[in-house]
Amino acid sequence: MRLEPVANPTLGRSIGFPAAALALTVVVASLLTLLAGANPFETLGLILAGAAGSKFALLETLNRATPLIFTGLAVAVAFRAKLWNIGAEAQFYAGALMAVLLGTGALGFLPWFVLVPVMAAGAMLAGALMLLGPVVLKVRLGVDEVVTTLLLNFIMLLFISMLLEGPLKDPMGMGWPKSEPLDQAARLPRIVDGLRLHWGFGIALISAGMIWVIQARTTLGYEIRAVGQNPQAARFAGVPVARVLIKTALLSGGLAALAGWSEVAGLKGNLTLDISPGFGYTGIIVAMLALLHPGGVVVSAIFVAGIFVGADSMSRAAEVPTYIADILLATALLFMVLAILLTRFRVVRG
Amino acid sequence: MAEIIDILLSASFWAAAVRIASPLIFATLGEMICERAGILNLGIEGIMVLGAFAGWMAVYSGAGLWTGVAVAMGAGMLFGLLHATLTVPFGLSQHVVGLGITLLATSVTYYAYRLALPEVTSPPRIEPFQPLEIPLLSEIPILGQALFAQTPLTYLAFVLAGVTWVVLYRSPLGLALRAVGENPGAVEAQGLSVTGLRMGAVIVGSGFMAVGGAFLTMSAFSSFFFETVNGRGWICIALVVFGAWKPGKAVLGALLFAAFDALQIRLQQTGLGAEIPYQVFLMIPYVLSILALVLMSRRAEVPAALMVPYNRGER
Repeated sequence: MRLEPVANPTLGRSIGFPAAALALTVVVASLLTLLAGANPFETLGLILAGAAGSKFALLETLNRATPLIFTGLAVAVAFRAKLWNIGAEAQFYAGALMAVLLGTGALGFLPWFVLVPVMAAGAMLAGALMLLGPVVLKVRLGVDEVVTTLLLNFIMLLFISMLLEGPLKDPMGMGWPKSEPLDQAARLPRIVDGLRLHWGFGIALISAGMIWVIQARTTLGYEIRAVGQNPQAARFAGVPVARVLIKTALLSGGLAALAGWSEVAGLKGNLTLDISPGFGYTGIIVAMLALLHPGGVVVSAIFVAGIFVGADSMSRAAEVPTYIADILLATALLFMVLAILLTRFRVVRG
Repeated sequence: MAEIIDILLSASFWAAAVRIASPLIFATLGEMICERAGILNLGIEGIMVLGAFAGWMAVYSGAGLWTGVAVAMGAGMLFGLLHATLTVPFGLSQHVVGLGITLLATSVTYYAYRLALPEVTSPPRIEPFQPLEIPLLSEIPILGQALFAQTPLTYLAFVLAGVTWVVLYRSPLGLALRAVGENPGAVEAQGLSVTGLRMGAVIVGSGFMAVGGAFLTMSAFSSFFFETVNGRGWICIALVVFGAWKPGKAVLGALLFAAFDALQIRLQQTGLGAEIPYQVFLMIPYVLSILALVLMSRRAEVPAALMVPYNRGER
């Protein structure tokens, strides 16, 4: 078989294949629930209800979506330049760490409206530096960034564990490896009093808007696309490829770090080793399902968060393990990339 | 310093190094075969997790140890087939598909684990492979214990490295396989199937990776934990680069790496371990992998068509 480009894909083709991908994902999930001895319709219903069935559920989903919007944007920005940043997890922790370092009294003399932006900027700087190393190695020595960013995730987690059992350990923490709580002035306020949604969500939406502007309306956005599509051609056209990659990395690392900062300052109030259930890795799924589009990232982050929140609540009621959420998303990712290809190419025999 | 020399002179240290190297040898060979054919297989981490679980679960359910190895390999090859289908005939991004396969294999494993053992707090143990001392050879001081008093799976790892070398460099299949990673168009012109060769390489390579994972639960330890593999797959990708895509150098790289790993484990128990937080020691393998990549970057002989999809009739 071989692939032949479809010149003008029909609407049916453009919508039909992605729709089929989602349908197949649901079929796979249903088969897995049958395997667990549960009723698929009931299970999927429980997931939906757990994700969006009440005001509480919906807010929980938006809360969970907040870090995913940041990490999804981080991955989308980088992947667009074909910069394979798989280290959003490490950058997340860099941002979370910075929030703790700056927010537990070191800058206690600052009023909240100065402290909060300073912490955000500090977090972004830490995350950007985290990705700078792998990208400089890539640009200068040709070292593959996939492996270096992946390995840094493990190193960073051990580093955080060391700090939480050492200098950052909360003396009032009953022996648990967790940091001291943030000062009140360093916290992100709730958007609406009494509801559990914090301003991190608002800032995530604003970030998505800003990334859209950068990508659609600035030279950097154009250069990032050019480098991603064809680095040789971009270089020939006078685009400073290495500089663009480094700028992309700073942006991407900074965005992923904002996720960590917003989780600490908006939701948890302190840093623990399990503050991220893989937000950095899930960001890859979010970005791919969004076809690397910043607006799409918001939608897909809410979708992905909904699946996780819904599966958590479902598994409390039914005998289906929560890992069904991860399978659902991985399956959706693989089917979706194939479906997107099939909207543009036709499979021909011979 | 004296402590380090003491460690380096002990037979148990070298035996541990060879044991730690074994799963890495399986998985590094597997990744190398894929990459030699032009396909980066980032599914390695997930396939190792799956292999670790599948082999262990098979034995726990009553199968023999070698049947367990075969089950692990089969499970790995199945996910290899999925990876190959998406990346070879469809030519999808090897980065995205590979990460997707890792996520899928890992989550399928965890799901299956929870279904099979819903109530347990700590995973049950199996009776793992026992060391098989080779008469006479195992009596050689230090080296004998390190090389000839290992479990059968370790011997298999070294045999597989030899077989891979012979196939790659001394057989027509190996020539075709290496060529398909360098210049697929030329292979097609010879009347060979690029798709077939590449898919075959990914499927077999994924099988090797799964056996590497199975080594962890069936030979090194006797239980399956979620963190059993813990990034070893990614380390193997670094080892492929460090070994310059050659089986012999890959084995040496794995042994060198494993020696450092065995050393850091032993150093934790010395006076040094009391002063330095244990996390620093645990970081060493990952830091070394990055260093290995940096050191080899200048001399890397990357297969020319690595990560370049091939679509027949397209120029």
